[in-house]
Amino acid sequence: MASTTDESSRILHEIETLKSAKFDLERRISALESQLHNLNQPHNNGVSNASSTSPSTFPHALSPDMIYRYSRHLLLPSFGVQGQLRLSKSSILVVGAGGLGSPALLYLAASGVGRLGIVDHDVVELNNMHRQIIHTEAYIGQSKVESAAATCRSINSTVQIVEHKEALRTSNALEIFSKYDIIVDATDNAPSRYMISDCCVVMGKPLVSGAALGLEGQLTVYNYNGGPCYRCLFPTPPPTTACQRCADSGVLGVVPGIIGCLQALEAIKIASAVGDPLSGRMLLFDALAARIRIVKIRGRSVQCEVCGENSEFKAAQFQEFDYEKFTQTPLSTSPLKLKLLEPNSRISAKEYRDRLRSGEPHVLVDVRPEHHFKIVSLPNSLNVPLASLEGRVEEVVWALKEKEENKQNDDVKVYVVCRRGNDSQRAVKYLQEKGYPSAKDIIGGLEGWAQEVDPTFPSY
Amino acid sequence: MKEQEDGFVSADKHGEDKVEQLVQIKTLFFARARDLTGTNDVLLEIPLGSTTKDCLDKIIGKFPRLEEILGCVVLALNEDYTTDSTIVKDGDELAIIPPISGG
Ligand SMILES: [Zn+2]
Repeated sequence: MASTTDESSRILHEIETLKSAKFDLERRISALESQLHNLNQPHNNGVSNASSTSPSTFPHALSPDMIYRYSRHLLLPSFGVQGQLRLSKSSILVVGAGGLGSPALLYLAASGVGRLGIVDHDVVELNNMHRQIIHTEAYIGQSKVESAAATCRSINSTVQIVEHKEALRTSNALEIFSKYDIIVDATDNAPSRYMISDCCVVMGKPLVSGAALGLEGQLTVYNYNGGPCYRCLFPTPPPTTACQRCADSGVLGVVPGIIGCLQALEAIKIASAVGDPLSGRMLLFDALAARIRIVKIRGRSVQCEVCGENSEFKAAQFQEFDYEKFTQTPLSTSPLKLKLLEPNSRISAKEYRDRLRSGEPHVLVDVRPEHHFKIVSLPNSLNVPLASLEGRVEEVVWALKEKEENKQNDDVKVYVVCRRGNDSQRAVKYLQEKGYPSAKDIIGGLEGWAQEVDPTFPSY
Repeated sequence: MKEQEDGFVSADKHGEDKVEQLVQIKTLFFARARDLTGTNDVLLEIPLGSTTKDCLDKIIGKFPRLEEILGCVVLALNEDYTTDSTIVKDGDELAIIPPISGG
C-alpha cells in the first residue's frame, strides 16, 4: 500500500513539475513573440529592451518573465521593484574582459542591467583561464569580447550586450562612454586608468575602479556625487618601475575575481540608487591575511588638473592628451623590448644553440628570480637573479674559473639569459662594467628560445 | 625594551615600557611598498609632536627604495585621510598605499 501511495505522489509531483515547466515555456514563447513583434516594428532600432515585453497588467514595467527571473531581488525590501526597474533601465560599460571584467560582467548580466557594453581588443589565451572565468577553452585564440558577450547572452538573453572589439583610445573613448551611465574600469595598466578616469570626469560619469595584483586588490568609486577622481589621489603617475602587471608579477586567480564581484556590486548599487557607494573611500583586500580594510581617502581636490575648480580639461584636451607619455607606459599589453646593448654583445637563441652544439666552453647565467627559475630553466644554467647579481657576482667568477680549469681553456664565454631579454641586457651591462667585456645576452630570452629553437620548451 | 639605534623596534615588543617623550607608530605597507620593504609593517618610535611627514622621512631612512614611489601613494592614518602635517599620536597606524594597476 505504502509503495502505491509513494508512486502516485511521485507521479503527481512530476505532473506538477512538468506543468510548471510548460507554463514557463509558454510564458517564454509569448515574451519572445512580443520581442519579435517589436523587432519588426518600424522605428525600432533593433534593441530588445527587456521592459518592452511587459503586458500592462502591473503597476510597473516588469514583465512576468522579469518578475520570475529577478524574484529574489524583488523580495529584498531595500532593493525591490524600484531597484530592479532602475537597473533594467541603466547602461554599464565594462572596460576589460580579463580577470576583473570576467566576474563583473557575469554578475552584471545576471542581475538584469538594461545594456551592458564590453571593451577589449585582446584574444583569449590559455594562461588567462585560471582567472578570466567568463571565457571557456573553446574560445582560446578568439576575441575576448566575443567570448564574454556569448557567455553573458547565455546567462541572460534579455540584456542588450554591446561588443566593442577595439582598444580604448582617446580617439574612441568619448564616443563609447557617451552610450553608458556607469563605467567599470577592469583594465590592467596605468595609462588606461588615467585615461578612463579623465574621460569619466569630462563626461560626468561615475567610475567603479578595481585593481588586483599578486595577493592584493583595491576598489574605489571615483567621480561620483562630487567625490574625487583618480587624479585627485594620484596627480603624479607612479614611476615605471612601480608599474607591475599580472604577466610579470603573477596573480592568484580568485583575487581579481573577488574585486571584480565587488565592482559589479558597486555598479549595481549606483545603477539602482541603493546604499552608499564606495566613494571617498578605498577598499584594500589582502588575500594572505584574509583581511579587508576600508580607508577614507581625500575628497575632490580643488587643484586637480582634471576635475579641479580651474581645470580647463575638456573633451578637446582629453583627445590631445598622451597617456603613454604621461605614465611612461605603453597602453598595449605588448611587453617592453629594451635595447641597452650593442649588437655584438648579443646573440640570438639559434646562435646560442649552435655554440652549445659545437661544445664551446661557456657559462650560462640565468638572471630571473628564483621562483621563475623553478618553473623551467635551460640545462646547466646558473641562477643568479638580477636583483642579487651585485652581491653574487663571485658565483659567476667561480663558475668561470671552474670551467677554465676543466677545459684547460682561458677563453670561457659568459652568456646571460632571462625571460624575455630585458633583464639579461641589464645584467650583461653590469658584467661588462665589472671586467667581463665579452659577456653576451641571448636575444628574446627563454621566450626566444621557445620560439626559435625548441617549441616544446614551456612558456609562462 | 631593547631599542635599536635607528629608533625602530621589532613589532613583537610593542607596548612595553615606553620611552619618555617618544610615541610608537605602526606603519603598514601595501602593494609595491611591501615589495620594496620586504615586510607588511614596521614599528617606529618618533618624538612626541612629530607629523606624518616626519614618520615618512624616518621610514625612508630605513627603506631608501621607498622614496621612488612616495610621490604616488595614498596615506591613511588610522584608516582615515591624513596630510603631511598631521600630528601623530602613540599607537597610531600609518598606511602607505601605492595604487595597483593590474587586473
Ligand atoms: Zn580630480
